[in-house]
Amino acid sequence: MTILEKVTALLGEGAVLEAGNDRVPRVAPGSPDAVALLLGTAHQEGWRVRIEGAGTWLPSDAPADLALTTRRLDRVPAIEPSDLTATAEAGIGLDQLRQQLADRGAWLAIDPPGLAGRTLGSVVATASAGPLRHGFGPIKDHLLGVTFVTGDGRMVQSGGRVMKNVAGYDLTRLQAGGFGAFGVIVLVHLRLRTLPRADVTYLLEGAREELTQVGEDIAAAGLTPAALELVSPALARRERWVLGVRLAGSPALVSADEAGLGAATGGGRFTPIRAEEAHAFWMRLAEGFAVRPVTFRIGGVPTASDELLDLLQHQLGDEWISASPAVGAIRWTGDASIDRLQRLRRTLAGMEVPMTLERAPWAVRGAVGHFGAYREGVGPLVAGLRRTFDPGGALVVATEGS
Amino acid sequence: MSALSSLARDLHAIVGAKHVREARAERVTYAMDGLPTHRRVPDLVVLPGTREELIAVVRLLAAHDVPFVPRGAGTGLSGGALAGDGSVLLVLTRLNRILHVDAANARAVVEPGVVNAKLSAAVRPHGLHYAPDPSSQSACTIGGNVAENAGGPHCLKYGVTANHILALELLLADGSVVDIGSPAGEPWGPDLVGLFVGSEGNFGIATKITVRLMPLPGAIRTLLADFHSIRAAGEAVSAIIASGIVPAALEMMDQSCVCAVEDSVYAAGYPRDAAAILLVEVDGRNPAAVAAETEDVTEILRRSAARSVRSAATEAERERLWQGRKKAFGAMGRLSRDLVVQDAVVPRSALPDVLEAICGIAQRYGLVVSNVFHAGDGNLHPNISFDATNPELKARVEAASAEIMSTCIAAGGTITGEHGVGIDKLRYMPMIFDAESLGAMHAVRKVFDPDERVNPGKVVPLHACREWSSKAVA
Repeated sequence: MTILEKVTALLGEGAVLEAGNDRVPRVAPGSPDAVALLLGTAHQEGWRVRIEGAGTWLPSDAPADLALTTRRLDRVPAIEPSDLTATAEAGIGLDQLRQQLADRGAWLAIDPPGLAGRTLGSVVATASAGPLRHGFGPIKDHLLGVTFVTGDGRMVQSGGRVMKNVAGYDLTRLQAGGFGAFGVIVLVHLRLRTLPRADVTYLLEGAREELTQVGEDIAAAGLTPAALELVSPALARRERWVLGVRLAGSPALVSADEAGLGAATGGGRFTPIRAEEAHAFWMRLAEGFAVRPVTFRIGGVPTASDELLDLLQHQLGDEWISASPAVGAIRWTGDASIDRLQRLRRTLAGMEVPMTLERAPWAVRGAVGHFGAYREGVGPLVAGLRRTFDPGGALVVATEGS
Repeated sequence: MSALSSLARDLHAIVGAKHVREARAERVTYAMDGLPTHRRVPDLVVLPGTREELIAVVRLLAAHDVPFVPRGAGTGLSGGALAGDGSVLLVLTRLNRILHVDAANARAVVEPGVVNAKLSAAVRPHGLHYAPDPSSQSACTIGGNVAENAGGPHCLKYGVTANHILALELLLADGSVVDIGSPAGEPWGPDLVGLFVGSEGNFGIATKITVRLMPLPGAIRTLLADFHSIRAAGEAVSAIIASGIVPAALEMMDQSCVCAVEDSVYAAGYPRDAAAILLVEVDGRNPAAVAAETEDVTEILRRSAARSVRSAATEAERERLWQGRKKAFGAMGRLSRDLVVQDAVVPRSALPDVLEAICGIAQRYGLVVSNVFHAGDGNLHPNISFDATNPELKARVEAASAEIMSTCIAAGGTITGEHGVGIDKLRYMPMIFDAESLGAMHAVRKVFDPDERVNPGKVVPLHACREWSSKAVA
């Protein structure tokens, strides 16, 4: 029997999708149990499995015997607006999830890079936060728990559905940003916020150094923007760098911060933009990172932001950059060779700055790895965790590169 | 010479004889933590004074294959820092140095024995503070907070310990040292810091802790609202949360607790005749925003049938209101000889029903249960007052505690929000995790500590775990 025949016998014809360009059979299990069945079988048979969501972020090019896509895991079993929690399957597109939440007056305060239909599971697995990380923290801060299936087909729950939980070890945090190396996320319990009753965006164009100073002034004035993002001209499609300030929350908070914004920056310098325009600005920013071949993020301390932006400009060129300077998070996208990326990672490691490769063709991520430049002793721990959750090495994930 | 005496002599050479406690009278001091229902006398107690001494001690214990239990100030409430069965207790309170403060980036690097409140006091001149504020913050240590993923009243807005730890230097059971995380919080690979925080000492010891500091709020407004019923107070909590305003803290106390506080030296002026009170704090860096949000919260409380809403007029009044809340556990010492501080979390909307159910359980078991808790998070602390010397009463407390946990789980909740599993809640773990998930936790622990020598017998009930390695392909 071929792999395809075995999978069809196991999960039914409905689970088998048309293969991609590389002719690797693509399977879409319809339930978490079906994912467990498939991976259990893959483990026994020695199949190598690559994980896919909607196919809009990582290229579907990892060498594998089978592609497992979560796209049929698209249900939202629970939205609890009064508790500000929700439970969603990993394959749901963020656009669909956002709409369902908004219909109930709830908001998931994340705006990750990528196209609107990028799956929730992909965002969690890569821990890729966008500009809202300034006000609402990294992806992991929005998670109450996850259920995942290990490389040998075991279903594991971690965390729960309530706001605080210290029962057992926090395996949710291992999965957030694990790039699927420790299992396939199938179900996510989310922490929500009330849909902001006020949500306004202001933009300011200028030289990078000038905007950096404005950003510092805003922080010093005690304002609490949801996003404070510095965007390169190419990414913003403007003549100069842009500082985007998003204020979101209760009308009282937003109007007080609007007044403070004027006072902190000398009044009238920022341009408020209409809601549709603001939506388009932030969407364009997110989608820009899914266009160029390579995307990575780095994290330094806030005072190093300028130096890190200079370094990126020097080593890789301006390209498309977006940064939350007050958080120290910078995302770059463009084209870069394996050698340049490896050299950059080494340079950054010397500055105590980790670099996470978020998106690249297999040839690049296989060589560079999503992670790297581990401190002494970390490698064996990561390898031990990999063996624990994928003892047969079924899951094709370029953790450290070659 | 016994093996223990020989070990003690080697330990003397590392930390000095006066920092090794061998006499039973000294060791018995460490037989309990903040929970009075569990007691274990350690065989030896060692108090290293430097990181280097700690590493040498752990390497010595590794060489002798001796299990050990790290302990901070011993304020934990789950029996997590008790050492028995041949374990050596490592008390880390002498490792209490703040190693570095980076005010420009709002970070600090501390040793594990630094007391929570002392860290905030030390960085206050920089306009900063360390946000997680467990009720025991005047005594508990940052290392203990990391082990337990401690919370506190202000975690509603600012997050729990896990949200404030950026990097760690770990000392593993075999004596090796590993650095995880980075000063910016971006991990070098998988989020091992996130995995370590809350592991209750089972993965090793955090010897250096890089924490995120927060700017001091520019304005703080504290409100006291009182209600004729617990249900009405619970509904007010839901209404505030639903409004989109995130208060810095949203705490509830029931009448039994209010009266205990008012009878004590911590009397805060809470109304004794209220069925429940809410303490709501709104803070922020922008005073205008804080004032506007406080008005909104006040209006919500009034619409939610608060009998009265009072705003603290002075900093002294605010401190008094908070002292009553933070010292409530101490005040309950007036009610009986012993107190079990329970810890569970339920969905916020379930609070009114669950509180009524707990009241019913207390009546059926003939126990005094007082509630003081983080209502904004749904994090309950039903406190059972009793006399631990009465075995029959102690058995009733145990049975009532189990029933309270079952009630919270049935409501969609969990067995602990901030106190940890330790040994006290081992028996409840199979109620919320299946054998496969418990097996996964056990397997992760073995990655960090293959011989299971750090804090053995805690967190994961081994009898309930499914064997993890059986499916591995050779």
